[in-house]
Amino acid sequence: MSRLNGLRLLVAALVVLATGACNGPWNNPYPDADRDGDIYYSSFREPPRHLDPARSYATDEASFTGAIYEPPLQYHYLKRPYTLIPATATAVPEPQYLDAEDNPLPADTPAAEVATSVYTIDIRPGIRYQPHPAFAKNPDGSPRYAELSATDMVGISRPADFEHQGTRELRAGDYVHEIKRLASPEVNSPIFGLMSAHIVGLAELRERLDTARAKLAPGESLDLTAFDFDGARVIDDHRYEIRVQGVYPQLRYWLALAFFAPVPPEVTRFYDQPALKSRNISLDTFPVGTGAYMLTENNPNQRMVLEANPNFHGQRYPSEGEAGDRAAGLLADAGKELPFIKRAVYSREQESIPYWNKFLQGYYDVSGISDDAFGQAINIDAEGNPNLTATMAERGMSLATTVLPGIFYLGFNLNDDVVGGLDDSGRKLRQAISIAIDMESYIPLFLNGRGIVAQGPIPPGLFGYQDGKAGMNPVVYDWVDGEAVRKPIDTARRLLAEAGYPNGIDPNTGQSLLVNIDTPATGPEFKTQMDWMRQQFDKLGLQLVVRATTWPRFQKKIAEGNVQIYFGSGWMADYPDPENFLSQLYGPNGTAEHAGSNYANYANDEYDRLFRQMRVMENGPERQAIIERMLTILRRDAPWQWGYFPRQYALYHQWLHNTKPNGMIQSSLKYLRLDGALRAEKRREWNNPVLWPLAAGLALLIALLLPGVWIYRRREHGALRRRPR
Amino acid sequence: MLAYIIRRALYAIPVLIGVNLITFLLFFVVNTPDDIARMQLGFKRVTPEAIETWKATHGYDLPYIYNEQADGLDSVTETLFFQKSVKVLAFEFGRSDAGRSISSDILERMGPSLALAVPTLIVGMLVNVTFGLLLVFFRSTAIDWGGVVLCVLLMSISPLFYIIAGQYVAGKLMNLVPISGFDGGWDMAKFLVLPVIIGVVGGIGSGTRWYRTIFLEEYGKDYVRTARAKGLSDLRILFVHVLKNGMIPILTGVVVLLPLLFMGSLIMESFFGIPGLGSYTIEAINNQDFAIVRAMVFLGSVLYIVGLLLTDISYTLFDPRIRL
Repeated sequence: MSRLNGLRLLVAALVVLATGACNGPWNNPYPDADRDGDIYYSSFREPPRHLDPARSYATDEASFTGAIYEPPLQYHYLKRPYTLIPATATAVPEPQYLDAEDNPLPADTPAAEVATSVYTIDIRPGIRYQPHPAFAKNPDGSPRYAELSATDMVGISRPADFEHQGTRELRAGDYVHEIKRLASPEVNSPIFGLMSAHIVGLAELRERLDTARAKLAPGESLDLTAFDFDGARVIDDHRYEIRVQGVYPQLRYWLALAFFAPVPPEVTRFYDQPALKSRNISLDTFPVGTGAYMLTENNPNQRMVLEANPNFHGQRYPSEGEAGDRAAGLLADAGKELPFIKRAVYSREQESIPYWNKFLQGYYDVSGISDDAFGQAINIDAEGNPNLTATMAERGMSLATTVLPGIFYLGFNLNDDVVGGLDDSGRKLRQAISIAIDMESYIPLFLNGRGIVAQGPIPPGLFGYQDGKAGMNPVVYDWVDGEAVRKPIDTARRLLAEAGYPNGIDPNTGQSLLVNIDTPATGPEFKTQMDWMRQQFDKLGLQLVVRATTWPRFQKKIAEGNVQIYFGSGWMADYPDPENFLSQLYGPNGTAEHAGSNYANYANDEYDRLFRQMRVMENGPERQAIIERMLTILRRDAPWQWGYFPRQYALYHQWLHNTKPNGMIQSSLKYLRLDGALRAEKRREWNNPVLWPLAAGLALLIALLLPGVWIYRRREHGALRRRPR
Repeated sequence: MLAYIIRRALYAIPVLIGVNLITFLLFFVVNTPDDIARMQLGFKRVTPEAIETWKATHGYDLPYIYNEQADGLDSVTETLFFQKSVKVLAFEFGRSDAGRSISSDILERMGPSLALAVPTLIVGMLVNVTFGLLLVFFRSTAIDWGGVVLCVLLMSISPLFYIIAGQYVAGKLMNLVPISGFDGGWDMAKFLVLPVIIGVVGGIGSGTRWYRTIFLEEYGKDYVRTARAKGLSDLRILFVHVLKNGMIPILTGVVVLLPLLFMGSLIMESFFGIPGLGSYTIEAINNQDFAIVRAMVFLGSVLYIVGLLLTDISYTLFDPRIRL
């Protein structure tokens, strides 16, 4: 009887398992109820540190902040080169130039005569914030959740848990409030230093805020609405102005970044409550915006969930793009209301292997390609073009590659006695090293080909970049048979000799010249890179000493000018203007002397003069000519070995539409569309449970147990036999 | 026993102060407040002013141990050590350097860590004890020798291999369970099956050998001979009498582990996407987040002391001859 019951149980268990199988794949990591839904699935490796728009500056945070916050401007999703269009603004603002007495000047006034530029921004009326308890009001109009205590927080782990949610219309004052936050010592925005050099009165505002803060009791926060300043003023509910010193056309690009997104004062007041802080509920964890999405779950160690903002103001998918977009199906949704996807789930994946396998199973919609998986996903053909492998193609995946607007380089400290200086010795030594470091072999060896050799600091896609012979660095390359070919090592050796180090020998010591390279990277994979780097210096007879350290120590050494050569540093564009890259070598930005971002401490008067001229110009032939002159100076002086521009590879499943890689748009989520039914079908097809190995394993286990059973029975029923001791 | 517990609790106070001080000294020998600020401020446009502001707003602008600028008691209290480390002794963990509430984070992460560690420990112990007793039962036979060789083999394989192979076979080839992830409620089970099995299998080698050694020693004692002489079956002797008498060394090994279960498993949690405490300390060290490091080291010390105390107390439960 008991055996019969056991059999029945087994059959029942199998029926349950089979029923489960019919409902969907067993290995589905998401709830069954979501299997056909239009939910976008992606992942993150490192938890975002800041989602406060005045603090957030990391690329991985931008996928959240870009979906939630709406600065006044944004980039067109499809057009290239990147084009600014209005987001909440009615138009891209044109500056009104003023003289020192605040008299208007014509638009073609030379930059030197302009004392102030005023950007007046009109906000479209009727835009409303996402539902949030900070906007909830009592019947008398006072904030409903103004003085929360620990008992009020029982059962509350996120803003959506509050019973009452509210909203209100976006006002110009919210933008001005955020600009003031850039100066707040409590916020400590990373762009305060830069912006205080441009926005009128921002530095003075910081001083006033510092003074006021010193008078606050512990736990109190500054109320920024009590502080006015000339740099940003509200004109009316839907209009505000920003005043910058002189001419600073790059401000328009900054207006497309979350730093200039609106933050309502009632939201900061709401989040200042200690009861919320103790539950990790703050603007850094639960941002509030008018964008297409709102963050409804934030468990940075597990999952972050974006849901469509029900109050989003009805943007539409673009109706025009660049050549080829229509053929690629990127205009199929032209004019349709955004967003298409109602929910996006980002799961934390710390390890690349499980992440990649889950992508292959259809549980992530898009993926980058790690080094481990590169061979499995990509074939490089004879011409060096990347193609999908048969396995990926069979699954209907598509591959998109794009060169990111960024650069990774090897830098020389121009303040150094050996590799620095603008005299012939230092310059020729740097030129020799630039020739010797063979980036054409570095990129396939260490990046799987995901990069293109840089000929200068300006990446492709930005104004000022030139392809072909016109864009070649003639110090390092020769134009041979229609392509740039690295100069022979003998040229480098000749330059080295002219620099005073024949065959790499330092005449002062009679030994090989010893040069030090500082790098913030450690670990086995980086050791291989440094071994390769030693070989490059060996070609010249130079002895390379690698000084690997942590990122903070590396930064400290850079700040103190205590490096000779540095590697592992780069720059990703804040905005698509050559100024953003050329400023990295502008003398007054020198790190050691001026605490700027010019790590090389490069200072060339002619270059700096041209930079100041170029910075305030509109794109055109005249600006292009100046940029070319600047590039010629840079290539000759060689403050950087120009390194490479990173190329991003992305794989998309067949059910994801409207995908177009880009390097500037912070979040493209609102433009994406997916076919949830097709995804569910493919997941079922790819993830059928395979049960026979379980049966085989069970049989093997029984087979292994049999000798034991036999010995046991022999022992228990053969008591008179001799027992082993 | 109460007096013993109070005495041990008092002993713990200087130990915890010492641990706190050593953690503080070691951390700041390697890192400076400037390093911490740089780490928190990110990679772009970090200015000396921003570093100074960050240090001032996060309390890292104070002297380390002694404040020469302050008078009286303030010269000790207005220091980095007092402000950052002494409050921890009262379980006031405060906020991480990134601004999150540490207590909140620990409470949130402790659940998933326990959800993985407790079943792994219980199932693993049952399996290992059973296998250990069976090897003793089959002592000096081919099964015993084969079992020991298998144990050595299992011990020789890297835990990482078990994880990657387990995920590949069960999650990818057979599609039986999710490769990684986590959820609350009953859905948690499907995410925990594989890591628990891998945790158990990964521990069989060392666990079984350890228990086999203990039980073999017990099996040679007189009471076993007496039991056999009285006609008790070998299985009964092993699973009732030997097991009970072998509990002291088992408890020594297991009870001390119990508090540490709260601290989570780094590799398992990171590969299986379990949002536990396993990676909390390591991430904090990588991010140079002193606030979390000191809190976790302190918590680990407290739990370890509690574990040792529980071990002592548990001896009295299994061996009436022991008095505390």
